Amino acid sequence: MENAFGQPQNVVVLGGSSDIARAIMKKLCAARAHTVVLAGRNQVLLDAAAEEAREFGATKTDTVLFDAEDPTNAARTVAESFDKVGEQVDLVVVAVGMLGDQMADENDAAAAARLATVNFTWPVAALAEVRRRLVAQGSGRILVLTSVSGVRVRRTMYLYGGTKAGLDRLCDGLADSLEGTGVTLQLVRAGVVRTKMTAGRAEPPFTTGPDEVAENVMRGLARGERVIWSPPILRYVFAIMRHLPRSIFRKIADR
Amino acid sequence: MTRATLYGWGRTTPSIAEVVTPANDADVAAQLAASSEVIARGLGRSYGDAAQLSGGVVLNNRELGGIGPIGEDGVVTVGAGVSIDELLSLSIPQGWFVPVTPGTRQVTIAGAVAADVHGKNHHVDGSFANHVLEMRLVTPSGTSTVSPTEDPQLFWATVGGMGLTGVVTTVTLRMLAIETDQVLVDTERYGDLDGVMAAMASGDADYRYSVAWVDCMTRGAHMGRAILTRGVHASRGDVESPTLKGPKAPRLFVPFDAPSGLLNPLTIKVFNEVWFRSAPRHEVREPQKLSTFFHPLDGVRDWNRLYGRRGFVQYQFCVPDAAGDTVVRAIERLSHSGVPSFLAVLKRFGPANQGLLSFPMPGWTLALDLPVGPSKLPGVLDDLDEMVLAAGGRIYFAKDARLSPEKVRSMYPGLGAFLEVKNRVDPEHRLTSDLARRLQLTGR
Repeated sequence: MENAFGQPQNVVVLGGSSDIARAIMKKLCAARAHTVVLAGRNQVLLDAAAEEAREFGATKTDTVLFDAEDPTNAARTVAESFDKVGEQVDLVVVAVGMLGDQMADENDAAAAARLATVNFTWPVAALAEVRRRLVAQGSGRILVLTSVSGVRVRRTMYLYGGTKAGLDRLCDGLADSLEGTGVTLQLVRAGVVRTKMTAGRAEPPFTTGPDEVAENVMRGLARGERVIWSPPILRYVFAIMRHLPRSIFRKIADR
Repeated sequence: MTRATLYGWGRTTPSIAEVVTPANDADVAAQLAASSEVIARGLGRSYGDAAQLSGGVVLNNRELGGIGPIGEDGVVTVGAGVSIDELLSLSIPQGWFVPVTPGTRQVTIAGAVAADVHGKNHHVDGSFANHVLEMRLVTPSGTSTVSPTEDPQLFWATVGGMGLTGVVTTVTLRMLAIETDQVLVDTERYGDLDGVMAAMASGDADYRYSVAWVDCMTRGAHMGRAILTRGVHASRGDVESPTLKGPKAPRLFVPFDAPSGLLNPLTIKVFNEVWFRSAPRHEVREPQKLSTFFHPLDGVRDWNRLYGRRGFVQYQFCVPDAAGDTVVRAIERLSHSGVPSFLAVLKRFGPANQGLLSFPMPGWTLALDLPVGPSKLPGVLDDLDEMVLAAGGRIYFAKDARLSPEKVRSMYPGLGAFLEVKNRVDPEHRLTSDLARRLQLTGR
């Protein structure tokens, strides 16, 4: 069960080998998490993440392999992850996503569709199954990692930003649909994070490391914030960015 | 059967369950047989997740009512769902007071048994179970009467057992004879913690009731300044016009959730300052109404809403007599961390009873109300757990919403024996709660 500070004991992470997911998982394990099931596409990376979870205090870990390019496996992946926990699941982290290569993908129908599937369709399918199971158990939390790039989509990354925007907006409604079910959904809108996904790119202002995101997530879980911004100042930065005239936004965003 | 969102008094971890309201032993037995996971609930005054069970069945005990005649020896049989408030309304006019009351009247008798509650008189009278003669208990393997002589193991597992051995349906207890509805109260202010602790250690034995309010926000020389109030029941000759009137319903209430930041370091400091300065420096044998002395917070209904939507946790620990310095270090840790805390309650415990999971042990207990919000708070409380554990102390289940299961095993040496009894009467592990799952008290 989760405690009064939103610290869970039983956790499922979809996209469990991503750098941000691992940073969050370490903090959860250092607090109260003892059972962690990590689902992802690379067994070697999942095993390393599971090992790390045990180092930080988990007593029971397991992994589930899946391919996020095929949404037909989403329900099965969620079911398998819940079964491997074996008790009520307190927290499901949805950290599935890929950055893609805008320059290459924007004129490639198959590549664009793949990005949409991994960032949007697969998570949406998985969330349907997660929702059904958590509502039945009468408690639980869902944490969905979207991105500030979905708050206002810029032309240089509209495929990534746009798919994340879709997920973000959909989850906002999903969260409202959970009112009174004992289940809550929280969004994490992170700015650019130094990870293997963003390696080699120029760092815009407010870039952070994964640990800072995890820190903000822990605080957000305790406070029950619907949207957890990381770093928190981005809440205000994007309150302005969202309303800038298009021409000015383009100039700022392209820098 | 209705689906409802349930949470504890601290309003921190809501969960959804099917709520059923049984009217008698047979209804309870039928529910235990029909439900794979079930727990009883009274008035929901446990601060954490003790009386909730997400996805399971919660038995509301409030229809298990009825108050029998009070015998000349003060013995009375009471339905499990009767509140102390309801019992006192009937008993005070007849000259009887409950032998033990927690800081609120709004708990049911079965809830008082399940948490084996204590009051300001623990150093003299022990906890609630010390005054229970017998009780009717419905378990998944049958209904029986348990007492310190009839199936004593089950009796001592049930008191303090947080509802995990079965559902109590009636309780027979011995009340305390009183001549008036007043208490003669001595009040003393102390500038620091050492002073008040010394006074309590040397002088508590002269009073039936004793408790100190400690300010945990002041640092430096006045760290832990305190107001000590101690009292005895007033005899007829002690007061001008002796009366025997039951408690009044609260006139004040909190109509909506306050903003979560209302109780912050600044407002709490101001409150503590006013509270401390408004207490008399030294007052002797001041007559106070029973409810003013025992249940000051019952005057404001739903006061927990003052803590806002995020709610609050209460942290209550006890440590043996020899570890009184743990109290000092705990208050130091809190006052230096800047985590806001309302006036803390400090009290001495007398001898423990045989309850396998009963909280009190001879020594000191400190209880603190802490609003959820400061990012430091979870870590500070984990540190305090370590201090309490090292001192041989423990944390109170009825207040807890954040302890970890590993620590429970060291804090409660009776846990193994408790689980043996639980497995005997509940071999399929039907009786469980969110608290039992979180702290691994289910027997699985």
